[in-house]
Amino acid sequence: MKTVEKRIRECVAKGNKAFIPYMMAGDGGLDSLKDKLLFLEECGATAIEIGIPFSDPVADGEVIQRAGERALADGVTLRKVLDELVRFKGEVSVPLIIMTYLNPILAYGINSFIERCEKIGIGGLIIPDLPLEEDGLLRNGLEGTDIALIPLVSLTSSLERIVNIAKQAEGFIYAVTVNGITGVRNEFEDKLSAHLKRVKEESSVPVLAGFGISTSQQVEQLGAQADGVIVGSAIVDALHRDDLEVIRGLMRTCTMEINNSATS
Amino acid sequence: MAIELKKGRYGKFGGQYVPETLMTALIELEEAYGTAKSDPAFHKELDYYLRDFVGRENPLYFAERLTAKIGGAKIFLKREDLNHTGAHKINNSLGQALLAIRMGKRKIVAETGAGQHGVATATACALFGLDCVVFMGKEDIRRQELNVFRMELLGAKVVSVDKGSGTLKDAVNEALRYWVANVEDTHYILGSALGPHPFPEIVRDFQRVIGVETRRQIVEKEGRLPDAVVACIGGGSNAIGMFHPFIEDEGVALFGVEAAGSGISTGLHAAAIADGREGVLHGAYMYVLQDEDGFIKEAHSISAGLDYPAVGPEHCHLHEIGRVKYSSVTDAEALEGLKLLSKTEGIIPALESAHAIHFAAELAKEMDKDEIIVVCLSGRGDKDMQTVREAIGGVVE
Repeated sequence: MKTVEKRIRECVAKGNKAFIPYMMAGDGGLDSLKDKLLFLEECGATAIEIGIPFSDPVADGEVIQRAGERALADGVTLRKVLDELVRFKGEVSVPLIIMTYLNPILAYGINSFIERCEKIGIGGLIIPDLPLEEDGLLRNGLEGTDIALIPLVSLTSSLERIVNIAKQAEGFIYAVTVNGITGVRNEFEDKLSAHLKRVKEESSVPVLAGFGISTSQQVEQLGAQADGVIVGSAIVDALHRDDLEVIRGLMRTCTMEINNSATS
Repeated sequence: MAIELKKGRYGKFGGQYVPETLMTALIELEEAYGTAKSDPAFHKELDYYLRDFVGRENPLYFAERLTAKIGGAKIFLKREDLNHTGAHKINNSLGQALLAIRMGKRKIVAETGAGQHGVATATACALFGLDCVVFMGKEDIRRQELNVFRMELLGAKVVSVDKGSGTLKDAVNEALRYWVANVEDTHYILGSALGPHPFPEIVRDFQRVIGVETRRQIVEKEGRLPDAVVACIGGGSNAIGMFHPFIEDEGVALFGVEAAGSGISTGLHAAAIADGREGVLHGAYMYVLQDEDGFIKEAHSISAGLDYPAVGPEHCHLHEIGRVKYSSVTDAEALEGLKLLSKTEGIIPALESAHAIHFAAELAKEMDKDEIIVVCLSGRGDKDMQTVREAIGGVVE
């Protein structure tokens, strides 16, 4: 079992829900990366997803696109983010998950990229444009490492696909909660509950819900149906506005469930 | 880099590098296309519209004055510019619209660069009563104002994309995002031989009619196959449609012409085979214009239809195995090609096709008078008049 999965299981075993915040590396300057990671850790993050800016982020909505554009304008690249992470390796103790589109990895070189990630102690990779059909590209190189190749399942995934994805899944399954790109949503489709239930039944690794989750209420609602949640745009936006209270509030919701279950 | 070969691959190129949300739609599309392909009723319906609505087959025209002026090989033009809507794009839009209807999808999304594919798709949607949304880069909307108006007249909704360079690649990004969000009732009519499997194959098959007709027509006229076939390449749909029926004919040299913009050495061009590296963009492994960090570069060309930073996967493979020779023509040379054809033949070509014309004219000089070149005249130049007038300062020499 890879470390990311272990940490999520520990969290769930305590009656909590896993909370994975997403941040865009280099938005607000790469030199603030360490402080932001430490802040998210201190707020109780189970793991942290670090987004790498890309010129053509087709799976991302407005908020993350804009954050990526700010980082790109600052000259942030995959290489620079990894260099920065090496500098304070070991100081952040929660697992770090890199979310990047495939092409920057290809440009870096798959083997060099994996080696570098191992050296830094990266806990997982999320690559939104690498579906099951193509993921052999990285899966082979990741064998024997502690880096989990975290798959996504979507509302449109057929049962057959969910079963096949679950078979290969490492770390956790990232259950996409909307048909669409990342970003704030007001409500979720009715069929979401049934979908999450089905994914959980098929999966031997934890299932975390993500995409469109932005309020404490949604964190609570989806957290109840999954092993935890991933929050992206709302965190990116709050970090950009330097509104740290919003982040504390969102994260508290996940740990509050212990208190709820303790008193009930 | 070792890349596993499988379905949807052209050598190592192609594949399906898309978000999971789209996978089911791609699998459905592959199945629906497979069924349609082997259904005579589907072909009958498509042939009917290609004949009575598009005006096929269009002529293979002997450009006699152009040939005489150059004094080399005989030049024939495949007149895709005479199609309804003025370019080859309608062949694919009609085919995919019929496919969408078979899949029970009555909403269409498309991207467009020059506007030709947008107009063709809006036309097909009007013909069949489908809803149509077209994403178009802000810069292209400026360059192709009239095509925007045309699409709106046809009942399509045109959405301006101001992200990135505001050109075709950014319009594809937005169309993909829209498709991800509306995948259950919407079909994406991709306009070039690009994108995730099965799009490159579908687009090629619907454009193959160009090469199939050309092959028959040249044999009728000259009693033999041509020595050379020339087509321009942005994503590569007219070229792959023209080349594909000739690939097994070893005696036929195939030439793809990329847009060299201000010149390859300036970096301001759209020549992904000449100057790109292997990478992934919009769902496929291809030659892509990119920097050392894997960020996609903006493409530059006077012709909005060639302004794309990659080349479809099958072309990448044909380049790698050496079956097609790819070269490039600059903005200035394309303008020369446009003026040359206008004056010698009374045909104003689209700026895209003008790249192929210029290349063919140069090639003809090196060839004997009894040799034959066929050029795919992929579109007409009406849409480009504003751009051409600006580029030559309004003065025709």
